Amino acid sequence: MTANSHTHHEPSYLEVKPRKGIWNWLLSTDHKRIGLLYLYSILIFFAVGALLGLSMKLELIAPGETIMGAQTYNGFFTLHGIIMIFLIVIPGLPAVFGNFFLPLMIGADDVAFPKLNLLSWYIYILGALIAISSQFMGSGPPDTGWTFYAPYSFQTNTNMLPAVTGAFVLGFSSILTGLNFIVTMHRMRAPGMNWMKMPLFPWTLYGTAWIQILATPIVGITLLMIVAERLFQIGFFDPALGGDPILYQHLFWIYSHPAVYIMILPAMGAISEVIPVFARKTIFGYKALIISTMAIAFVGYFVWGHHMFTSGMSGEALVSFSLLTFLVAIPSAIKVFNWISTIYKGAIHLEPPFYWALSFIFVFMIGGLSGLVLGSLATNVHVHDTNFVVAHFHYIVFGGTGFAFMAALHYWFPKIWGRMYDKAWANIGWLTFFIGFNALYFPMFYLGIIGMPRRYYDYLPEYHGPNILSSLGAIVMIAGLLIIITNLVRSTKSGEKAEADPWNGKTLEWKTTSPPPLENFDKQPVVDKGPYEY
Amino acid sequence: MYQGISNYSEGVDTAFMVILGISFAFLIGLTVTMIYFVIRYNKKRHPKATQIKGSTALEIVWTVVPTILVLVMFYFGWSGWRPMHDIPEDAMKVKSIARMWKFSFEYENGKTSEKLYIPKGEPVVLDLISRDVIHSLYIPAFRVKEDMVPGRTKQMWFQANKTGSFDLFCAEYCGLRHSYMTTTVEVLPQEEFKSWIADTTGVATAEGEEAKPGTAGKQIIERLGCVSCHSLDGTKLVGPTFKNLWGKTEMVTTDGDERQITVDKEYIKRSIYQPNVDIVEGYREGQMVSYKEELSDADIDAIVEFLKTIDEEE
Repeated sequence: MTANSHTHHEPSYLEVKPRKGIWNWLLSTDHKRIGLLYLYSILIFFAVGALLGLSMKLELIAPGETIMGAQTYNGFFTLHGIIMIFLIVIPGLPAVFGNFFLPLMIGADDVAFPKLNLLSWYIYILGALIAISSQFMGSGPPDTGWTFYAPYSFQTNTNMLPAVTGAFVLGFSSILTGLNFIVTMHRMRAPGMNWMKMPLFPWTLYGTAWIQILATPIVGITLLMIVAERLFQIGFFDPALGGDPILYQHLFWIYSHPAVYIMILPAMGAISEVIPVFARKTIFGYKALIISTMAIAFVGYFVWGHHMFTSGMSGEALVSFSLLTFLVAIPSAIKVFNWISTIYKGAIHLEPPFYWALSFIFVFMIGGLSGLVLGSLATNVHVHDTNFVVAHFHYIVFGGTGFAFMAALHYWFPKIWGRMYDKAWANIGWLTFFIGFNALYFPMFYLGIIGMPRRYYDYLPEYHGPNILSSLGAIVMIAGLLIIITNLVRSTKSGEKAEADPWNGKTLEWKTTSPPPLENFDKQPVVDKGPYEY
Repeated sequence: MYQGISNYSEGVDTAFMVILGISFAFLIGLTVTMIYFVIRYNKKRHPKATQIKGSTALEIVWTVVPTILVLVMFYFGWSGWRPMHDIPEDAMKVKSIARMWKFSFEYENGKTSEKLYIPKGEPVVLDLISRDVIHSLYIPAFRVKEDMVPGRTKQMWFQANKTGSFDLFCAEYCGLRHSYMTTTVEVLPQEEFKSWIADTTGVATAEGEEAKPGTAGKQIIERLGCVSCHSLDGTKLVGPTFKNLWGKTEMVTTDGDERQITVDKEYIKRSIYQPNVDIVEGYREGQMVSYKEELSDADIDAIVEFLKTIDEEE
């Protein structure tokens, strides 16, 4: 099929408006509209989270008090973490692009359970409101960090219970979305699309969905234990009641480490979509990329202990966790090798999504390689709980997931809104962001290696230099972000009309109109070859 | 940087060199390759892509080679860490106590110090004790860090090979003044350390200068780090200042009811033993833990004597 066969197509999903005004969004069970509901909510939360992050960096531009007090700073990094992790990066790619593109990419008209899908969004919003309410109710915003470590989180009189409850509710949204995606992929693939013909973004969603279903309940259990401890004085975590604070750390990371793979796997999937299209070349090592996805999803369950190398585990446990952590690095390396090999002998089209994908590979390598320093016992002891960890983490979840999110947004933008953005501004935005990002986070590796602990409101003069660079980087990065967002928002209304397949993509979402009709395809697509065959 | 300062420096720094070396080689090599491919195979120079589905041989190579490399890195990480795990029996013991937001160190002869004084070239083992929340004792120059977990007694050990003064930080976030919970390690030549540890005049002053009222109380307050939250000069920190506190009239909230109290011995004692019963207007609950285990009646008398003196001085 080509774009021309759609001259008399059905109205696009954006034109179908059976209800009045906002209700077309709030009551729609169309996976595409739900994907956009997530996108808009995530963008609003992201604006708040980014402003908090920027204020923290401005505070750290000089030692001593710069723009806020210590209690405010501690509240800011807590809320920054809660918003960025639980409201943005965990739902992120699956909720936005998974919802919008999973059915399109496998040739289905929707997800398996459209109503459950809408319910998942409402649960997400409920969880977000509960988490944010912690800022305004009780005796003050939580100041525990997003990790809520016991016993500090039990002793502080700030409002930490709603924040954890919010995480618990958000977990249900995550589980239901995962379940929905798994059933969709098992039951609704287009005729002829066997598992080995499914594109790689759906494959990573599949691996992610299993983690969402299997790991998320741990958060629920942990919350119930906290409630039991607070209400019935049953000592699980608080040493004052005979509990063990290290048990809390175990439970927290048994969920929160696999959660990092919830964040990064779909990002890897999006990159695997973008690279072949702009190289006009089939993906290199399709099977290797699938196997490495599933390997990461599986081994990712068994490495949580590397967050706790200085907590006081037995030597045997430390050695095992260190070894397993090194092993989980291998499938990520395999992915990088396959992406770069895909570029080899391609016909490279330098477009904005491809710049984002290339820079993803670069920052993801820095994030992954710095993870080796943290997986190794001797070096971990030195850099654990320092700025090094903050840098590593931001290179992975902001560099990795964030750059992939931007790649996906610029790649699928014409399909979602049926219009093309201004490519020159997109490139300027990308370059500004890329420079700012690296100036912001790279100095933090150095700060960590020379010993500056994380979550420091104030620091000794010897750490001043790199902090200045880092704070300036934050300003540049935010400027880049503003350019990117302005360009995209303007283009949803005033961009040039986009064709059905502006990038010459081969996966099924490019075989329907831009934007797609409500039921996605005029005719049920039939698949007879692999997803990236040029 | 800090080459050779502690017995771990070599092992840890070797692991750093190995891991960072391999990492930079990969990062630079792969980035250069990627950029080269992007330029070399630009559509202008290479308009028709060559379709290559993959290569089993290459997949095996780039699975096996990284596996070997990560095992090498694992080995260096393990061997640099192993000595931290085996604590020598003859090491000098120092009791390290952390509380919000102060470290204090107690030696076997009873001498206490806010800074960690240790002799050069002798193994030292720290008993890690936390009185409230989790802290983490971190000496960047020594490449050591270990969490201090309430309810558990843990140990860490090291040996300093160079004299000097080195930063000591709390690395685990512990609340409002976390970033101010810092002190230093003072590594002294052995002889100098011997005379430092033998000189207990700091402790003896408590009796020797008893003539001056309040000295004993002042020492208790400094030893326990009370002043990191309660200033002596009227500054508002986490808790009310000690300046002019004695005899003052305060509004407090007790069980949700506001009431007026006068600061007397009974009130001071209750505030130390059950700090969350009466909350002074303008301050938050839950910031302080009970010091019932650590302070006797006599200690509280001494503190009261001290409070009276800073009242009079001004």
